Amino acid sequence: MINIATLSESSPVSVDDLTPVIHVKELDFFYGSFQGLKQINLDIYERKVTAFIGPSGCGKSTLLRTFNRMYDLYPGQRAKGEIVFNGRNILDKDVDVNVLRAKVGMVFQKPTPFPMSIYENIAFGVRLYENLSKGEMDERVEWALNKAALWGEVKDKLGKSGLSLSGGQQQRLCIARAVAVKPDVVLLDEPTSALDPISTVKIEELISELKEDYTIAIVTHNMQQAARCSDFTAYMYLGELVEFGETDKIFLNPTKKETQDYITGRFG
Amino acid sequence: MSTTADPFHSDNPIYKNRLLRHRIGISLSIFAMAFGIGFLFWILAVLLINGLGAIDIEIFTRTTPAPGSEGGGLLNPIVGSLLMVGTATLISTPIGIFAGVYLAEYGHESKFAQITRFVTDIMLSAPSIVIGLFVYAVIVANVKHFSGWAGSVAIALIAIPVVVRTTDNMLQLVPASLREAAFALGAPRWKVATFIRLRAVKAGVVTGILLAVARISGETAPLLFTALSNQFFSSDMNRPMANLPVVIFQFAMSPYENWKSLAWGGALLITVSVLGLNILSRSLIRQNKTT
Repeated sequence: MINIATLSESSPVSVDDLTPVIHVKELDFFYGSFQGLKQINLDIYERKVTAFIGPSGCGKSTLLRTFNRMYDLYPGQRAKGEIVFNGRNILDKDVDVNVLRAKVGMVFQKPTPFPMSIYENIAFGVRLYENLSKGEMDERVEWALNKAALWGEVKDKLGKSGLSLSGGQQQRLCIARAVAVKPDVVLLDEPTSALDPISTVKIEELISELKEDYTIAIVTHNMQQAARCSDFTAYMYLGELVEFGETDKIFLNPTKKETQDYITGRFG
Repeated sequence: MSTTADPFHSDNPIYKNRLLRHRIGISLSIFAMAFGIGFLFWILAVLLINGLGAIDIEIFTRTTPAPGSEGGGLLNPIVGSLLMVGTATLISTPIGIFAGVYLAEYGHESKFAQITRFVTDIMLSAPSIVIGLFVYAVIVANVKHFSGWAGSVAIALIAIPVVVRTTDNMLQLVPASLREAAFALGAPRWKVATFIRLRAVKAGVVTGILLAVARISGETAPLLFTALSNQFFSSDMNRPMANLPVVIFQFAMSPYENWKSLAWGGALLITVSVLGLNILSRSLIRQNKTT
């Protein structure tokens, strides 16, 4: 399964034992006539955390939202190029985006619990693609909440509204909800920027546990966060991918001066 | 000590001028508010003074009196109004909610939805007598008799745009992030629209329905041509049907004292129910905000 050719192209370090799950090739993205992404090439590796950093408006969220074709919801936004996932270019018109999104889950900046009970929040997504018995569903809900390190806090109030939880708990509920449908990839779009430091730590711990089973792509404004919890880092600026590589290398010994300036805070 | 100036007193002319303008503005606002509220309380007071005397057990148990006879009640118009408002609500609620969901979900993309929204806005402010005439021409003139059904259809036509507009407006308030979160799980569009978006604002939608019910329960003009009225008790929707607004209209202008008193009683009943519906809908909106 290892595609040596693409690996050696996209990453300067030796990553021979890694499998790219998502392979992005010459990706352009347009908001109407404005070009938001320019010729992006990179690989997202299996069971690794890839962080996207860069100043606001650099296109990191835009890139993340192409991986599950979230932009499809908005007419006027379009992508050109290739994003190969599971052997298919997911930008092709005939790709069923609902099936794609069941395989590529997403958690957003602000916690978005659905207006229903904690249990139903998890079950909603599962029911879309699986027909489980009551017992199996109970198990799945417990499993997902455990994965999101939330089970202990909510096991006695599964019937309560998801909106009754604190912000940090709501965000972990959203992670549990994304994990419950058993996706291959989980996209995290600034998942801690609306949370307090303690909740942030919990989510970061969670990320390092989740990468045992899932491939994770995270957009963050917090450089320490990228340094702490990612294996690979992509620095983006003005819609272009400036530098991509192993997180240690990007933070300790970046190749490009722009990356160095941004990471050390000398940017702009 | 008496010479010590107040440290928070300023003779700055710019500040004094601003203070003066502030006081004039506030006074005008308070006067305008008092003027409006004053009329509202005046109406309520007159209603209570004249109507309370007519409210007794008989108003709910006896039918409208024949000309010249003593006593009587409003049983037939109360039942008629409940039946017709209930039927109209059953007709307008599903249509209104479905149309509202359609507008909120597809309203920015299709020409058809934009036209629907425009027409709904016109319907919202259409004179109700025009709607009464329309139903008269389409239903009553064709079946050749007045009926409770015709009355229900007429007031349903008034209720539908209210439900459509509130459902649409409420759905627009659902943050885009909630929709995206549902789509991100791979949910199809209709499921996102109903299970997530509509559910997030269900209290608001119920409020819209209650407001529509409040609106149609006092409508007189559309019932004059359609349900007409009926001085006898009847729960047959296929025949002319008594209803509170039309009975109030007829009785208030009659020469008989007991009729006039019943008209006041009926007016008080409608006002209290509409007030109750409004209070209920407000408390639902508050509940929606806190959950």
